[in-house]
Amino acid sequence: MSATPNIGSKRKFSAMPEATFAWILVAPAVLFILVIIAWPLVETFRLSFTDANLGGETYVGFENYAELLDKQKFHDTIIRTFYWMGLSVALKLVLELIGATLLNAAIPGKGLFRVLVMPPWVIPVAIGCIGWLWLYNGYFGIISGVAQRIGLIDGPIEFLAHKTSAFYSAVVTDVWVGTPMVTLFLLAAMQGVSRDLYEAAWVDGASRWYRFRRITIPQIMPVIVSMALLSAIWTFNSFEIIWILTQGGPRGGTTTLIIDTYKTAIGNYKFGEGAARAVVIVILLAIFSTAYMFILNKVNKKYGSK
Amino acid sequence: MMDRYTRLQLVGIYAALAVFLTFILLPFFEMFMASLRPLEHLFRAPYQFWSDDFSFDAYRKMWVTVPLLGRYIWNSIYISFAVTGLTMVFVIPAAYAFARLDFPFKNATLGMFLSVNMFTGAVLLIPLYRVMRTMGLLNTYWAMIVPGVAFLIPTGIWLLRSYLEKIPRELEEAAFVDGASRIYTLRRVVLPLAVPGLIVVGVAVFIGAYAQQYLFAITFNQTRELQPLPAGLNEFIGYQSVNWNEMMAAALVGVLPVMVIFLFLQKYLVAGLTAGAVKE
Repeated sequence: MSATPNIGSKRKFSAMPEATFAWILVAPAVLFILVIIAWPLVETFRLSFTDANLGGETYVGFENYAELLDKQKFHDTIIRTFYWMGLSVALKLVLELIGATLLNAAIPGKGLFRVLVMPPWVIPVAIGCIGWLWLYNGYFGIISGVAQRIGLIDGPIEFLAHKTSAFYSAVVTDVWVGTPMVTLFLLAAMQGVSRDLYEAAWVDGASRWYRFRRITIPQIMPVIVSMALLSAIWTFNSFEIIWILTQGGPRGGTTTLIIDTYKTAIGNYKFGEGAARAVVIVILLAIFSTAYMFILNKVNKKYGSK
Repeated sequence: MMDRYTRLQLVGIYAALAVFLTFILLPFFEMFMASLRPLEHLFRAPYQFWSDDFSFDAYRKMWVTVPLLGRYIWNSIYISFAVTGLTMVFVIPAAYAFARLDFPFKNATLGMFLSVNMFTGAVLLIPLYRVMRTMGLLNTYWAMIVPGVAFLIPTGIWLLRSYLEKIPRELEEAAFVDGASRIYTLRRVVLPLAVPGLIVVGVAVFIGAYAQQYLFAITFNQTRELQPLPAGLNEFIGYQSVNWNEMMAAALVGVLPVMVIFLFLQKYLVAGLTAGAVKE
């Protein structure tokens, strides 16, 4: 932390008190969020205690929640969602770190490569998914097609038609969608690491790998950690990718909590039951984030806050 | 000298980059190939990677099959610009307050913004639908703009705040000493200094708005003329058959304008992200 004086609180040049001015600046954004996000959130909590549907709503207490607690299928969905999140985020992080390191290398053409990573990030998610829909097709997709041609498989494989392969296919697509943005953020963080550190290590004869492990990684750790949390939350709530590829199928093989919620509420008009599922998502993510922030603070202390 | 690679290392780096970029670009390559493939090819076995009757016909026919295609492409861009503009109007003052000023409930308010990141539109869809209906926004551009703005404000504040924190305070102090008002200082001193940061945040918000309009569009808008591209592409799915090749062509052409914009902006983007990280 720099030790610059806090001009705002100590000097009263302007007639308007600091707190008033600050609240005038913040109020529009706060109001907007209250109306468009906070209020619907409160409303979701309320609905979760009703059996709201197209016909109307009556208060049913904890019935929706009791039902969820009982349902083996719902437990499976929760486990699947965490597995989906863990696997996808881990794959993304590894790929993002490798990608950022490669793009950070001082080689001819690096400018071009940096541009070429961006497309999945800057196009609508839904459009990228259409491309993957095609790739996974057994008859006209390039993956199954080329695999057949070179004799890897005997007949067409429909990647999205089987429970297991559909799940992992969706993971691959999710990794594809999520990787470019974080790669660029990590790249930016890597470029922010002072060259002096590397030069000092280099003079001492440290190898490239050693420099990466002992300088790069610790220096960008705060960025990695906060990116990982955001990435985890986004993956947990990732809707469009699964919806476009499989709509949660086949036989529930790719149904995560968010898909289950959407299907219940929007697909079957069971607003109350859907709301209960939405509340479960919020609670699980709140617990997860709190635990994560706790770890984050420890990490920040260890590596020094940046 | 430190940056010199041996030949073997260079080969390794380029090989790894090739694998990485193949993964990233494969769907685009496949979409392009699919757009050239005549429809009757689709179910031909065995799989043919290339054949002589590939053509660019789809790029011509798509405008006829879906007459509103141009409109959809425009809608996507229009909605994204509107979301970006509006989001920045909310984000700039708030981010400044969080970066520089002290006020009651500051941390609680910031925490509230950050926790919005825990939700996506899909979680709040039912009550959000009712809010939109009450405000009379269903089936208008606003139905897609308003929720987009709400979900992007927190990200914008988070990004811009950390950028503003890195601008030295001395200039603001100088303005204060000269008797400048708070608003004058914000407008004339802080904002000009923050331009690179504003570009980065603006671009990031634009990308967010452009990438995620599908859900709000299919839920809150039934007016065909207002649909953005991702939703409009559904029209290539006909009663009898899907015009796959035209759909792929339309998708590629549809994202082209934004891709071109990014080609020009990418320098600022990486540089801006870096600048945010370098200072201090």
